[in-house]
Amino acid sequence: MIPAAFEYHRPQDMAGVLAVLEEHGDDARVMAGGHSLIPMMKLRMAEVPHLIDLQDVGGMSDIDVRADSIVIGAMVTQAEIIDHAELADAAPILREAALQIADPQVRYMGTVGGNVANGDPGNDMPGLMQCLNAVFTVVGPDGERDIPAREFYEAAYMTAREDEEVLTAVTIPAPKGGYAYEKQKRKIGDYATAAAAVQIVRDGSNCVSASIAMTNLSDTPVYSENAGAALVGTSVDAAALGAAVAAMLDDIDPTEDNRGPVAFKNHVAGVILRRAIERAWSRA
Amino acid sequence: MKDDISREERVDNLKGMGCSRKRVEDARFTQGKGNYVDDIKLDGMLFGDFVRSPYAHARIKNIDTAAALEVPGVLAVLTAADLEPLGLHWMPTLAGDKQMVLADGKVLFQGQEVAYVVAEDRYATADGIEAVEVEYEELPVIVNPFEALKSDVVLREDLVGEDGSIPDGAHGPRKHPNHIFTWDAGDKGTTEEVIANAEVVASESMYYHRTHPCPLETCGCVASMDKVNGKLTLWGTFQAPHAIRTVVSLISGIEEHNIRVISPDIGGGFGNKVGAYPGYVCSVVASIVTGKPVKWIEDRMDNLMTTAFARDYHMTGKISATKDGKITGLHCHVTADHGGFDACADPTKFPAGFMNICTGSYDIPTAYLEVDGVYTNKAPGGVSYRCSFRVTEAVYFIERMIEVLAIELNMDAAELRRINFIKKEQFPYTAALGWEYDSGDYHTAWDKALKTVDYDGLRAEQAQRVEDFKAGKTRKLMGIGLSFFTEIVGAGPVKNCDILGLGMFDSCEIRIHPTGSAIARLGTISQGQGHATTFAQILASEIGLPADSITIEEGDTDTAPYGLGTYGSRSTPVAGAATAMAGRKIRAKAQMIAAYLLEVHDNDVEFDVDRFVVKGAPEKFKTMKEIAFAAYNQAIPGIEPGLEAVSYYDPPNMTYPFGAYVCVMDIDVDTGVPEIRRFYALDDCGTRINPMIIEGQVHGGLTEALAVALGQEIAYDDMGNVKTGTLMDFFLPTAWEVPNYETDYTVTPSPHHPIGAKGVGESPHVGGVPCFSNAVQDAFRPFGNRHTNMPHDHWRIWRTANELGLHD
Repeated sequence: MIPAAFEYHRPQDMAGVLAVLEEHGDDARVMAGGHSLIPMMKLRMAEVPHLIDLQDVGGMSDIDVRADSIVIGAMVTQAEIIDHAELADAAPILREAALQIADPQVRYMGTVGGNVANGDPGNDMPGLMQCLNAVFTVVGPDGERDIPAREFYEAAYMTAREDEEVLTAVTIPAPKGGYAYEKQKRKIGDYATAAAAVQIVRDGSNCVSASIAMTNLSDTPVYSENAGAALVGTSVDAAALGAAVAAMLDDIDPTEDNRGPVAFKNHVAGVILRRAIERAWSRA
Repeated sequence: MKDDISREERVDNLKGMGCSRKRVEDARFTQGKGNYVDDIKLDGMLFGDFVRSPYAHARIKNIDTAAALEVPGVLAVLTAADLEPLGLHWMPTLAGDKQMVLADGKVLFQGQEVAYVVAEDRYATADGIEAVEVEYEELPVIVNPFEALKSDVVLREDLVGEDGSIPDGAHGPRKHPNHIFTWDAGDKGTTEEVIANAEVVASESMYYHRTHPCPLETCGCVASMDKVNGKLTLWGTFQAPHAIRTVVSLISGIEEHNIRVISPDIGGGFGNKVGAYPGYVCSVVASIVTGKPVKWIEDRMDNLMTTAFARDYHMTGKISATKDGKITGLHCHVTADHGGFDACADPTKFPAGFMNICTGSYDIPTAYLEVDGVYTNKAPGGVSYRCSFRVTEAVYFIERMIEVLAIELNMDAAELRRINFIKKEQFPYTAALGWEYDSGDYHTAWDKALKTVDYDGLRAEQAQRVEDFKAGKTRKLMGIGLSFFTEIVGAGPVKNCDILGLGMFDSCEIRIHPTGSAIARLGTISQGQGHATTFAQILASEIGLPADSITIEEGDTDTAPYGLGTYGSRSTPVAGAATAMAGRKIRAKAQMIAAYLLEVHDNDVEFDVDRFVVKGAPEKFKTMKEIAFAAYNQAIPGIEPGLEAVSYYDPPNMTYPFGAYVCVMDIDVDTGVPEIRRFYALDDCGTRINPMIIEGQVHGGLTEALAVALGQEIAYDDMGNVKTGTLMDFFLPTAWEVPNYETDYTVTPSPHHPIGAKGVGESPHVGGVPCFSNAVQDAFRPFGNRHTNMPHDHWRIWRTANELGLHD
């Protein structure tokens, strides 16, 4: 558990970060909280000759709750998400999800930006951001660009972010209606056996919109448009729940690991989604 | 002379036995001031670590160390070829086998030590390890002991004659090249006959999976060879420092007086730190070669993958009974997976430990046990993880067999236990497999437990739950886990317990200082058990000086008396007894001094809490403090100056703690998630020295039981890769996963132990594992479940529900 030698960079601004990235290409990696990258380096599974610490780069630690959107800086920690009262009112699903990530010590260091940018299928924030239809802002040598969360993830650890780009902010349209982040895990600190993010809008007894994303059930987070669509126009009755679960199962592609075989994961994914929808609906 | 405080206050002031004295160790532990092996820093200290095999079975074609030696800071790379001239490329194991220190031509398990890199700091060592090039030729891998016994693949070529013959092993004849031993106990013929003719027989096969003790602190050492005075000092995470000194002397040829072994603070052992590891040998050799101190510290993955595992027992049982539930016979066969080398830590005459305690708490007239040890391509070990030697396996086996028999008889499992318990008046009781149980009162404990949890009420609630489940009103089942266990601890009588010929006595040496304080040194070593607290309490009650005035010291072989260390709940039964006996020697001399000072005959004074008083005249007394001063400073005719004593205690028998546990669990059949609603633990460890420490031990043991029962395992794939090599996949519970435990007790003192104490550290683990497992299995009993193997993690519980059709 000892990493190979690396050069440690601690630039004071984004220009400095981009300069190191430009100079060293894919030999350089940026680090926010470090809770994914450092273990990989210590296991010598990630070789990072140039490590760029973002701690001193300002301007990425704010949570800005606006009338119709929320902007979260990439360096905002999970602990800050949990403690932010205004955010808890505006988007309670973020707090519910963050409380289920790792443990308090990790949440003091782990950041939203690092969680979404790393592309680890086990991370909870990517699925959540897909559910919320977030947009990721990245900055690179050619300036800023926005990438929808639902188009960001290509494969495990492979994303639409280029090597010389840095993810700086996450923008979420103000969520509406009921919500739930439901996660089954083996123990504190574990990745999900299955997790579901659900945001649901209700008009009377009718569901008018529903957004559903799943975590750790494929090599990327899975935004299941069809699962959401199966609920729209229904009263979220047993038939609709069944249709949503069936649609979701078509979209996920779990693999066997120590958490269990594929049949178990599919079954649990269905149970977890069902519970998430029911809870979100009860809050809608 | 008048006393200004009452007798009661004098007793309280001692903080002796029965007092929940706060742990004296905790001030330093809670402030980060402990002194663990990795805290030791010596001038010029080097760091050593291993190149480990990625393969579970492979021949080593070549090891190229040239590039590693070019890495800045790297001083040496040791291989088996370097150790061979010293005769140190192999080392003896505690089980009478031998083990490669560094791979000698082949590797037998993933993570096996192949080369040892020594460098100026840890980073250079790690870079050096990366630079060593090893050429492997993969061999067929065997991870299943039943396959191993049928396979043509010979794992241990060193144990087969050139003509293909199979020489005897340390425990007798071997029937296959991959077979280690057959060991049996009991009456085979009668048992088979009783079972063949029984009214009712229940049979079951169960696998007690491989797991690992996983102490918070991994294994490590610092070896420092002083070439000027010829003395070797070895600090390490040793549960048995004196035994390590003897073993190091025997294998290195360094005379024992020139070796000083020190166990500093140890961050948990649970059996993992009993054995000798290649890291110790290589560090010593590296220190001799370089003339500098060398430190070796495992990382978490090394610890989980390569140091001693626990369990891995495939057990098949038959239990017979009359129609009304009286057990008549028990048969057990074990196929024991020992990995690549037999490095079990058991007393020499017991290659399957005390597995022959598997008749449990029941009066079973005839029984037979047979154990076959087998080599596979897995890590060596086989230690007693928070239990006396293989007792957890034995108790799990019988407590599962009882449940299966209850199903066969369609009988309540609590009642089945009650009608088969050994009765109070039968003690001392000689069990069918040979052990003589010293004492017990099982019915009292069982009745108390069932009454406290309202057992009948729980069963009624469970029956209602089943109805509700069938009616679609709930998706949660309720399980009631029962277990009643008898431990066998305190190894042990030298007549039948030794390790590598070292008798398993223990010791205590006391020095009373002139001003009435004291130091006592023992042959044991605390790994968190609180010895400095509890042994001082034993002494306080025995010698009448306050526990706060008594220092307890362990772990330094230059100062402590020889003893066999701490494991198998042996410290209190053996060293605790030695402490009491040494204390009584002090008291005997103090009595003579007191009589002289009081100008009466020796027999005219008697001990009273903290003093000797003249019989019939309690106002005439000498306190132990006064006596201590006089012992050193007053010429007393016929009595040597000083007040010291030493006792080496060879226990006449083991001690047999017991307990009654009940677990109430709700199980979500759709997700497989269990939720522990209640856990009640009644322990009878005989005389209770410190109730607070007992409660802490019970909480810890139950938590490790929960871990093992509900998910903790060392799992291998077919290629012999360890699938659970990090704490992401190896289940180590946190406060979040742990329920609130209710503890309770009865007191049945050991009749042969000087203070009646029996040991408690391991009971909760031994009793807890079957209790958690039985709760899971009981939840599914109404739907036809008979037995499912641990660990009961989410997916396996889900699988049980699925196979029983509960998802249809």
